[in-house]
Amino acid sequence: MNSVAFVALQIMTPIASTPQRFNSSRRRILQFTLLTPLRHGCVLLLVLASLFATLPVQAKLNVVATLPDYGAIAQVIGGDKVKVTSLVRGTEDPHFVDARPSFIRVLNQADVLLESGADLEIGWLPPLVNSARNAKILGDSPGHVLLSRGLRMLDVPSGPIDRSMGDVHPAGNPHFHLDPANGRTLAATIAQAFTALDPANKAAYEANLKQFNTRLDAKLAEWKRALEPLRGTKVITYHKSFDYLLDAFGLVLAGTIEPKPGIEPSPTHINALIPRAKSDGVKLILIEPNRPRKTPGFVAESIGAKLLVLPQSVGGAEKVTDYFGLFDYDVGLIVEAFKQSK
Amino acid sequence: MADVVPICEPAPMPGVSAHFEENPFMRRLCFWCVALGLTVSAVQAQNNPSEAEQIRRQLQQANEAFQKAVEEYRKATEALNQRLEQLQSKEGRAAPTVSTNPPVAAATNNVPPAVAEKPWSATDPIRVGGPQAYLNLSFDALFAAGWTTAEDVGALQLGGHDPNQRGFTVQNLEAVFEGRVDPYLRGQASIVLQIDPDGETVVEAEEAFLETMSLPWNLQVKAGQYFTEFGRLNPTHPHTWDFVDQPLVNGRFFGGDGLRNPGARVSWLVPTPFYSEVFLGVQNSQGETAESFRSDHEDEFFLGRPAVETRVKGFGDMLYTPRYAASFNLTDEQTLVLGGSGAFGPNASGSDTDTQIYGVDLFYKWKPRTHSKGFPYVSWQSEWMYRRYEAGTFEGDADHPAQPRETLKDWGMYSQVSWGFRRGWVGSLRGDYVTGEDAALGSDADRDTRWRISPALTYYPTEFSKVRLQYNYDDRDHIGVDHSVWLQFEFLLGAHAAHKF
Repeated sequence: MNSVAFVALQIMTPIASTPQRFNSSRRRILQFTLLTPLRHGCVLLLVLASLFATLPVQAKLNVVATLPDYGAIAQVIGGDKVKVTSLVRGTEDPHFVDARPSFIRVLNQADVLLESGADLEIGWLPPLVNSARNAKILGDSPGHVLLSRGLRMLDVPSGPIDRSMGDVHPAGNPHFHLDPANGRTLAATIAQAFTALDPANKAAYEANLKQFNTRLDAKLAEWKRALEPLRGTKVITYHKSFDYLLDAFGLVLAGTIEPKPGIEPSPTHINALIPRAKSDGVKLILIEPNRPRKTPGFVAESIGAKLLVLPQSVGGAEKVTDYFGLFDYDVGLIVEAFKQSK
Repeated sequence: MADVVPICEPAPMPGVSAHFEENPFMRRLCFWCVALGLTVSAVQAQNNPSEAEQIRRQLQQANEAFQKAVEEYRKATEALNQRLEQLQSKEGRAAPTVSTNPPVAAATNNVPPAVAEKPWSATDPIRVGGPQAYLNLSFDALFAAGWTTAEDVGALQLGGHDPNQRGFTVQNLEAVFEGRVDPYLRGQASIVLQIDPDGETVVEAEEAFLETMSLPWNLQVKAGQYFTEFGRLNPTHPHTWDFVDQPLVNGRFFGGDGLRNPGARVSWLVPTPFYSEVFLGVQNSQGETAESFRSDHEDEFFLGRPAVETRVKGFGDMLYTPRYAASFNLTDEQTLVLGGSGAFGPNASGSDTDTQIYGVDLFYKWKPRTHSKGFPYVSWQSEWMYRRYEAGTFEGDADHPAQPRETLKDWGMYSQVSWGFRRGWVGSLRGDYVTGEDAALGSDADRDTRWRISPALTYYPTEFSKVRLQYNYDDRDHIGVDHSVWLQFEFLLGAHAAHKF
């Protein structure tokens, strides 16, 4: 980088010497208002850049994940061989994240980008990736990982879709990380991506993957056991974000507060939902921490159900700091609520 | 020769004497330094060939292993799916629609992206943009309806896509085409239609440019016809604004359609610990979208003078637009973006007259960690601009007084705050102020002081439509106060447009 600074400095001086094409006042103005500050500015930035560029290069794989759940799994698989950054916070609605300019810098330095592959981030990620100037995370490069590959997707629309159906994703329901069994496939995809880019540490990634799978199998059995008595219980959620969790443990989705995905509840819809939910015997309403409490609270009161605030991502509650912790917390809450409602 | 002003100041390096231009030895030294520097860079940038071979071999091995593993997983997933279907048909439940995305081949050549497999039927409608995304097409229609006390709405509202009459205005019908051209380039174009107060349809080729996806050294090149990246508002499209109309200072300095022209721009992502980017663009300096530059203003007088025949004689007659922007995450929930821009080029009031426009912009946003669909939030955006316009001599004619050669200095600013207080509801307030330094020109509608206050309330049923009510209180020097009320509505069809922050 320092040679670049040196070359550019030399270039900046001769390139400005084209006096013949300028008349005197234009040249003067251009010199004082453009060329001189431009040259000084460029020199300053080049100095800054060469300073920062001479910092030691990270030997770790630089992993950027959109959801913190993907990031949590990546951290387990990668261990100390990777540095993981997650763009979305666990309390945020992943559809509506601000494309902060600082993310451009983060994506520029990434070796791997883990995204859902189901258009979950389509509202904010594309302009960031377009400005990131990083070929490693574009298109079908090995560093660009679409995590929905190889997964069984729920709610894949079977006919033509349009926006009168609300915010329907053509590839299916994108909240697939909430089925812990999918965690197995996610971990495998991530491990493959890491191995492809960093074959030297293949053994470490495989060992971590094995450990993850063993722990996941044990935990999955535990959660299934805890939720066995609730099999067939009907619940209501705010948005269709918990479908995979319910499907994994045999709970049944009896309706949503939203009339259609992404559409705010209307009085007509709520008035139709309440009697139906009552007759279905719905005892639990599950909402994420960022949902407004008023309408779900009203529905819960009207049908005599318990309103549960469940984080849908790692970081969605203070205690939830990793992928297993997310299900420990959520399953625990559901079991507790069910016990109390009896 | 007597007028030669040395552009090259003495370089701040030891052993380099003054009077650089006059010293042939220094010129030669400079040339060889450049050549040497370039060679050194080239050698440094080139990978050790044997290392490259190794990496290529490793990559090939890794690709083969990856393909094999993905095949195995696909078989396993299919087997599981079949088993599931068997079980579910036994239980008598309808099987949920399942879809296994076929795995993608390793990326060594151009491989088509994986698509969700759906059986095609002859009765399927032909949809633009099925599972492929060769071209993302969207159409945005923006309308306004309202009333104003001003007789000449065109003089009151400075934006070319602002409400232009009492009654209904078709502000902006915009078709945007966007897509990846190839692995290296992205392309974007927007064609805009609008209907003028006489009912005539006007078509504009607003933007059509390519953008590189990943050049070395964190560079990006944009080339074609595009909105100049000056400040925050100029590069944006009217349907993304928080208000029905354009700020006064943008209308005055850049004209109704904003500053846009064919050109090319290179930008560099500076490797600082915060986001910062340097832009340098060069564009044509003539045309009706170069209001303060060599626009002929449709043969009308501008700032007291008619447009003079101008030609591009050299590089100095182009429009140069440098910019620097930086962003800071003040806290987890607050972001600040600051920028400075310049636009320099000749103008059409004389054969050697120039314009310089300087701008500083600021954008602040607060959004809590537990936002629901992006609400609540508060954002604040402000821009200050200063224009130095060298105006040429004008001899005068039967209808217009003579004008001396002078420099006209104008400045203006706008500041707007938006508060998204509930999901889908945004309350906004904007203040505009434009003024100019006294000059021999005297009072001129394009330079007189004016200010405006605009409260607005917007409702977004979804991100794809909106309704907005806005009131404008306009105070113009020598003209007086005007009141306007505008109701705007919009719909968006097509690909989900993700906007820059």
